[in-house]
Amino acid sequence: MGMPTHLSNAEIEEFGREMDAIRNEVMDSRGAADRAYILKIIRWQRSLAFGGRIVMFLSLLLLPASALPYAGWPQFIAVLGLGAAMLGIAKILENMEIGHNVMHAQWDWMRDPNIQSNTWEWDNVCPSDQWKHSHNVVHHTWTNVFGKDPDIGYGVLRVTPQQRWKPKYLIQPVTNFFLNIWFQWGVAVHDVEPDKLLSGEKSIASVKHLLRGIAQKAARQLLKDYVLWPALGAVITVPFSLALDVDAGHIALLAFLWIAGANAIANLMRNVWSNVIIFCGHFPTGVQHFTKQDVEGETRARWYVRQLLGSCNIGGGKLFHILSGNLSHQIEHHLFPDMPSNRYPEVAPRVKAMAARYRLPYNTGSLTRQFGTTTWTIWRLAFPGGRVHALSV
Amino acid sequence: MQPQSQAGPRTLLSRFTALTDAFAYPLRTSHYLELVNPLWTTHALQAKVVSVWDETADARTITLKPGRNWRSHRPGQHLRVGVPIGGMHYTRTYSISSAPESEDETFTITVKAIGGGRMSHHLVRNIKPGDYLPIGVPQGDFYLPDANPVEPLFISAGSGITPIMSMLRSMVAQERLPHVTHIHYAPHTYDVIFGQELQALAAKHPRYQLHLIYTREPGETASQKRHFNPEILNSLCPDWGTRDTWACGPQGLLDTVEAHWHQAGVARQLRTERFRAQVAAAPKEVTAGTVRFTASGVTAASDGVINLLRLAEDQGLNPPHGCRMGICHGCDAKLTAGCVRDLRTNALLNEPGAIVQICVCAAAGDAELEV
Repeated sequence: MGMPTHLSNAEIEEFGREMDAIRNEVMDSRGAADRAYILKIIRWQRSLAFGGRIVMFLSLLLLPASALPYAGWPQFIAVLGLGAAMLGIAKILENMEIGHNVMHAQWDWMRDPNIQSNTWEWDNVCPSDQWKHSHNVVHHTWTNVFGKDPDIGYGVLRVTPQQRWKPKYLIQPVTNFFLNIWFQWGVAVHDVEPDKLLSGEKSIASVKHLLRGIAQKAARQLLKDYVLWPALGAVITVPFSLALDVDAGHIALLAFLWIAGANAIANLMRNVWSNVIIFCGHFPTGVQHFTKQDVEGETRARWYVRQLLGSCNIGGGKLFHILSGNLSHQIEHHLFPDMPSNRYPEVAPRVKAMAARYRLPYNTGSLTRQFGTTTWTIWRLAFPGGRVHALSV
Repeated sequence: MQPQSQAGPRTLLSRFTALTDAFAYPLRTSHYLELVNPLWTTHALQAKVVSVWDETADARTITLKPGRNWRSHRPGQHLRVGVPIGGMHYTRTYSISSAPESEDETFTITVKAIGGGRMSHHLVRNIKPGDYLPIGVPQGDFYLPDANPVEPLFISAGSGITPIMSMLRSMVAQERLPHVTHIHYAPHTYDVIFGQELQALAAKHPRYQLHLIYTREPGETASQKRHFNPEILNSLCPDWGTRDTWACGPQGLLDTVEAHWHQAGVARQLRTERFRAQVAAAPKEVTAGTVRFTASGVTAASDGVINLLRLAEDQGLNPPHGCRMGICHGCDAKLTAGCVRDLRTNALLNEPGAIVQICVCAAAGDAELEV
């Protein structure tokens, strides 16, 4: 596929100038309303996270073992589930609309010392400095360039027929499933490039410091979700159990396990959701890939074209866009990675119109279409062959 | 202050916070306390605007209630105040005008809207009670010593009165007001900040001698002659050479005062507090200049066009960087002084402490970066 052939160099440069104009216009208009937006999202996220954990604690009053009159499994599961969902949504917001975007330096312009890309640490087992390298530096600079962008199949999936088939791809429907449910761990080891370790391209010694960073971050994350909060829940039940004259040890154990389980559900929610959104950004049918030759001596304008052709949007409502960290506007995010994410919706129609004017594809579709074709691609390309589908303009 | 008695509970508290911080990781407990009351935070000191009071047409006193981790100031000290204007965080330094001996744990700053001063205008016009402002702790060595100065001389001009006011109020509150001579300059009678309070003080305490000089009121003397000069000083305070002196005001006044004290060989008795130098007007054309990379102690000449990353690399430095095209922010560095130009937009950036993408910025004149 590569770069479009119907545009002259001059036309591509003009395309770049128009993109720059959109960028400058929006960047110049950043102001108090944008700051209010991110502060509001952060307040919601922190309230949801804390609230979710409190709701989980309250659900313990409904444990059947408490022998309280209104206790019972259905009501206990419902309230615990509500707490888990609140925490899950908080983690989704934190990782996507807040963490990912803050680390892209989208909010550095505010010069708020508490919201800076170089100091932000996110609620994820991946250390933020490693994420900023693998994602901001490598993926965003070399989007969809073979041999350069580690996000093309993350080194374990064949997502375009242009990747040479190997027998290891036969199991990729299974690999894909596990990558989906353990996505944060996949993200965590991304900068280590495990595929290169296995193939011997990189030595263990060269990534030792990365692994240490991941281990330290993961330990604190696991301690929080699977030891501290469950233990606090268990401790809180003890005086209640004693007052109610029921088996305190049994209830404390139940509380520990159920809260740890609910936290696991919250983490799972985040993993599955972020994986779905992110896979829909670059893997749906019609997305284009590039060779190293394509990007030789690439100008900023040609970089813009590559970002447009290599990314896909997902349609949806306002809440959907916020919960996807506005990565549902993946095209705009790739064109303007450091633009505040709340501005992508207003930029999208302009980019789409521009793409039409230059007869360039603008890959957008419903979540069903984008995730459907992504999943189909991964299943189909487990086997040799496959066709490259171009989008009609 | 009794550090001994506080040591025990403080470590207990800090241990407890370390534990609760593990629950809040990667945030801290303080981030959740902030949801309830911004004054309870420990990760960022904030203050609540309790009340505002207009001193003159363009000067306003803002009463602030600081959060935890605040420590009381010494009279004369200043603090950093941050304000988001248009979503952007700006920081300026203001002297505290209240005495440390306040009973309600508040302090005041008095801000004068200066021409072209974005932040001072915002503080004077837009700040309202109930707002929260990020603040720093009191700083600076322009303060009254614990031992009472015998016969201090205060020289102030305009809003330079603020630290002096804190000193006067403190000495009055402690009932240890010595013989004070105070020379204060203001353009007109109506824009003397704290004018009524100063005159009331002078009326009540004969030991406090106030000399108000109006530099722009119509009168017989040419207005230049009313600015600070040795003749006036000799007539108002003949024994100035033997007094401990505190002076605060605009650049011009302090330069003259310092030169005069230096000439007389009594510079050690003079303490001065300068306002922040006005930011130099940004150059219109591309300007060559010198760039200092402070972290590595390297200086390089810039033609105003070469990007800062390249300039650093040409000097043999290797600053962290990524895409080299303004996308990844891998090269972000702090601007400590001077002015840089964004090569993409030609926007100029001269806010000290601003984060600069050095791969797409060039120096506009002289600049200093933490690289």
